[in-house]
Amino acid sequence: MSRMLNLVQAINEALDLKLADDPRVVLLGEDIGKNGGVFRATDGLLEKYGEERVIDTPLAESAIIGTSIGMAVNGLIPVPEIQFLAFIFPALDQLFSHVARMRYRSQGQFPVPMTIRTPYGAGIHGPELHAESVESFFAHTPGLKVVVPSGPYDAKGLLISAIEDPDPVVFLEPTKLYRAFREEVSEGLYRVPIGKAKRVREGEDVSVFAWGSMLRTALKVAESLERERGFACDVIDLRTLYPLDRDAIVESVQKTGRAVVVHEAHKTAGLGAEIVSLINEEALLYLRAPVKRIAGFDVPVPFFALEDEYMPTEARIRAGIEETITF
Amino acid sequence: MLAEHDRAERLMEIAKAEGLYEEIHLLKEDGTLAGPVDDIPPEVMVAMYRHMVFSRAFDRKAIALQRQGRIGTYAPFEGQEAAQVASAMALAPEDFVFPSYRDHAATMVLGQSPAHVLLYWSGRVEGIRSPEGRHILPPSVPIATHVLHAVGAAWASRHRKENAVSIAYFGDGATSEGDFHEALNFAGVFHLPVIFFCQNNGYAISVPFSRQSASRTIAQRAIAYDIVGVRVDGNDAFAVYRAVKEARSRALHGLGPTLIEAVTFRMGAHTTADDPTRYRDQKAVVEDWRKRDPIVRLRLYLESQKLWSEADEAKLQDEVKRRVEAAVEEALAIAPPDMEMMFDHVYAEEPWHLAAEREEYRRTREGVSV
Repeated sequence: MSRMLNLVQAINEALDLKLADDPRVVLLGEDIGKNGGVFRATDGLLEKYGEERVIDTPLAESAIIGTSIGMAVNGLIPVPEIQFLAFIFPALDQLFSHVARMRYRSQGQFPVPMTIRTPYGAGIHGPELHAESVESFFAHTPGLKVVVPSGPYDAKGLLISAIEDPDPVVFLEPTKLYRAFREEVSEGLYRVPIGKAKRVREGEDVSVFAWGSMLRTALKVAESLERERGFACDVIDLRTLYPLDRDAIVESVQKTGRAVVVHEAHKTAGLGAEIVSLINEEALLYLRAPVKRIAGFDVPVPFFALEDEYMPTEARIRAGIEETITF
Repeated sequence: MLAEHDRAERLMEIAKAEGLYEEIHLLKEDGTLAGPVDDIPPEVMVAMYRHMVFSRAFDRKAIALQRQGRIGTYAPFEGQEAAQVASAMALAPEDFVFPSYRDHAATMVLGQSPAHVLLYWSGRVEGIRSPEGRHILPPSVPIATHVLHAVGAAWASRHRKENAVSIAYFGDGATSEGDFHEALNFAGVFHLPVIFFCQNNGYAISVPFSRQSASRTIAQRAIAYDIVGVRVDGNDAFAVYRAVKEARSRALHGLGPTLIEAVTFRMGAHTTADDPTRYRDQKAVVEDWRKRDPIVRLRLYLESQKLWSEADEAKLQDEVKRRVEAAVEEALAIAPPDMEMMFDHVYAEEPWHLAAEREEYRRTREGVSV
């Protein structure tokens, strides 16, 4: 059985199912209990599982991640929520110095399985520092996995996989997509594997790599380009940003000979650079054009009156793909 | 403006006059008691003494090994033996222990092998494995971060209805970090079974406590979070032991966390890379604190109670010397590491890119050209 759910409902269902399925799973974060989370991702879970398992914490992000580490080394599977991605900055010491390294430092003696959920990205016209897209910080940190769903079905399956993963996962939920659309989501527990990208549109002319809310925008552009100019895009939703799905990236580029990476994070040292390098290492001789990056500009994410133009627009993505194909 | 030291002394006098977190003493410097110690079995007292004597010998040996270039930088703990040994002896095997990098006297009491401690300071990750049947986390290098881990582990213990507490070991410098405050706050809000064990050894590298905080004591921070705060003479093994025992008992009875400030002194340098004469009159302060030596007073007491003799002492010194030498031999005899172990345990399962890097390393380490 499946129903039409939006992304935030799919997240809620994944959490609900894992709380029911595994007594070790504990949620903690700011306003996640009584309030059900500022985006309602945890709506109804406090009532269902009680305040020992769905914990409204004081307002302290370092403590949310720091205590999650202690819980994890002592047998629980914490799923901390950071209210907005930029609010994780006070907790980066915990994340980089401990979450990512505890398994390594203890040579496997104290793994810290946890899934850090946080809304990320621009597009909902929030206040300053509610729209960051700093996934490359985490993708530069050995020991972490970084997962980004771009739709409700994947969101549920990936979150279940993340909670079941023996390693810590930074799970980035595209804020813009929480209620943007609905799709068929199966009932019950199912998994979408971490580390596997997904081809969402088949094409021969150019590979387009994207994730999160940019996947939707890139897909729209691909559709109109095919309709209007007959260009066929091979659109790949990366879904896991660390470790990347090398095979999916390389196979697609070997087929198309051209590639465009679209991300809303800043361009410089963004994940696009890593994907370009991977293509350079593994598929250079297949290329018929330079690999293009369409990214957020290298400015601090601006106040929301300018936000829509900061993010790669359909026009920019379209121009980038056209330039690459007609190079 | 008063000199900082005078100001701190003056404020401490006021604190004492107010009866605010007065330092608890049981065993005085001359080896006599300040109060009854019926709750501490004589065999525990003797065991404490033995551990403390061993720890000091080990510590001095480690410094010597560093000087000889046989281990890396080392963080000595001489002067803090009572705080570390007595607190560790008050714990149970099921407890979770979150040490800093200067708490080896405590972790060795809990079963960590001295050879492993030397390995840790030789840059060998094998040196921080928790002994079987214990939960000793690797020493935390970023200051105060692990205080939050102890809170989380205590949370899990309560969640799983286990009869265990967590203890975090940290110094006075850590109390200036935000994580320390967040930890006290979380533990207070959720009444968690955790012990915050602060060894106030006077200095965070070069910065004295008077420059670390305007608080007269560390224990008084407990007031703000409405948790129990205790200030003990950290060179008094009996006072420390009782404070931790009581804190543990409160924690297990659902009465929440305790902040213990054990007032002690780091006799030596911050690490072997540090020169304390740059920031304090090392000779004078050490002379002053020698009078408060934790080991001397415990021996005086044990002798007065006929629990210890010259013959016991001679035997112990002999044994300690042998154990320290054995630890050194064991540590130095370890085979050099297989360099490839740097790729191990990053993840439960090795991802493709790490496998590729491991392969690259294997292929090129012998300098084989393509």
